[in-house]
Amino acid sequence: MRDAFFDELTRLGEHDSRVMFLTGDLGYKLWDVFAARCPGRFLNMGVSEANMVSVAAGLALSGMRPITYSIVPFATIRCLEQIRNDVCSMRLPVLIVGVGGGYAYGANGPTHHGVDDVAAMRTLSGMTIFCPCDPLETRAALRAVQELDGPCYLRLGRNKEPNLTRPEESFTPGLPNLLRRGQRVALLAVGPIASQALAAAQLLTRRGVDPAVWSVHTVKPIDGLVACMDEHRYEHVFVIEEHGPCGGLAEALAVEWADRVIRPIVTRVAAPDEHLRTVGSQQYMWGLAGIDSQAVFRRVTQRLDHD
Amino acid sequence: MDVASLISISRRVRAHILRISAIAKAPHVGSALSCADILVALYFHAARVGPDLADDPQRDIVILSKGHGSAALYSVLAERGYFAAVTLDTYCADGSALPEHPSRECVPGVEVTTGSLGHGLGVGIGMAVAAKLASSSRHVYVVLSDGECNEGSVWEAAMWAPGQRLANVTAIIDFNKFQATGPSTRITALEPLAEKWRSFGWDTTEIDGHDYGQLIHALTSPRREHPRAIVAHTIMGKGVSFMEGDLEWHYRPPSAADLARALEEVARS
Repeated sequence: MRDAFFDELTRLGEHDSRVMFLTGDLGYKLWDVFAARCPGRFLNMGVSEANMVSVAAGLALSGMRPITYSIVPFATIRCLEQIRNDVCSMRLPVLIVGVGGGYAYGANGPTHHGVDDVAAMRTLSGMTIFCPCDPLETRAALRAVQELDGPCYLRLGRNKEPNLTRPEESFTPGLPNLLRRGQRVALLAVGPIASQALAAAQLLTRRGVDPAVWSVHTVKPIDGLVACMDEHRYEHVFVIEEHGPCGGLAEALAVEWADRVIRPIVTRVAAPDEHLRTVGSQQYMWGLAGIDSQAVFRRVTQRLDHD
Repeated sequence: MDVASLISISRRVRAHILRISAIAKAPHVGSALSCADILVALYFHAARVGPDLADDPQRDIVILSKGHGSAALYSVLAERGYFAAVTLDTYCADGSALPEHPSRECVPGVEVTTGSLGHGLGVGIGMAVAAKLASSSRHVYVVLSDGECNEGSVWEAAMWAPGQRLANVTAIIDFNKFQATGPSTRITALEPLAEKWRSFGWDTTEIDGHDYGQLIHALTSPRREHPRAIVAHTIMGKGVSFMEGDLEWHYRPPSAADLARALEEVARS
């Protein structure tokens, strides 16, 4: 997803001279082509995330369309107040990019785990949040940002994520992408964890469950998602997030439906509310965090059996 | 503009600051009085600004990073003609366009939202980078406080800017020697302040921040290829004898009696 991002960024930068790319000293050599083709529009801000965001705001005030980049927690939590006051309060078209959502930097330890970024970004006024599930959605999300005029957060995976969507499928900001048709039960996946949702769906068919699987690439706003879900009238919606339990999509959706008489049963499948100090690859961390395909399968069957 | 005229304007600005702080029972009158002359020197002499330039993309930018000095900014903007002076008396009132810390475009002339210390320098530097990229003649002025220099983000910005060879940024530090809860040189090892900026790569001078001759010289002398820092030694509450150098006037709003005494002093000065 990271490579897709940089390739699409370069393409955008060549067509729009307002696009600027700022990095907090991360992404060695990944921006070389962008920097060569867009002279003066690449800025290495050093390991100074707060300044990176403030400078981005200043660029945006001057009519540019800046993009900041760092590993998820550093791009977001580290400089949260700058995003809040300099970008969101002034409603500026700054794109905050975090690489390594969830446990993509698993072996690097909890300081590098992106498990609270979506929640933090959701609390900021006017912020649009994209969590694409694959390289194709990543490119589409970046293109979509160019059509928007306010603050955006783009949460990337890292590398080697398979494409789960197809090039001919449309990407509509605010509306989820259907990855697998199904009925009665829907698995809503945020980001590349969608691969685990799809694998779980396969396991579930052997149990007579035919779940739909959706990639929810837009996590804020969710009014489009809610309307889409209402049309399908699922009995059960499982929200799978490579993120801690607090403040993510599951909570957001549940609140939307809380005051309805008829509504799907929302089950949250998220990482635990703790920093996992035992580390490993992303796949290993998914297992540890209870969000891999086996865990999703267990959570769905437990819930349906209970029902 | 000549010094005598600037001093005359500063008297009116100080009167506004005192009056609106009293009406609103707003804090920070001492902080507003200490940066009043810096702002007058910028808006009436050094900076290419004005209500007629509001939409000019090449206009200079002044950012009051020490947003709590808002009474000074609003008073200067009103005197400069950005908005009607009657609006000043709504400072901090219900439904007012004038919050205690400025919001971008709350009134014409307010370029950036400030109030949380340590943001203005980075934002200003971003504007300077964009200006340089566009080969614009725009200059960006950022007014900071000494207490504000406690914020790490100030030094992130200060360390990055010189490497970009930005000659179109000027940071002015309103060094009034006090911050919210005590003398600024005792809460952190702030001094030697000018030396810190200089060592970070800023073309740094120290001046008396109430002396218009020195302000004008520091703001308009020829630039080199570095960003410029002006450490302006000022007095908290400058212009009112019973406020000068007194930490209480960081917070205390003037009472009606205080106001009467203060206005009389300013008029006589």
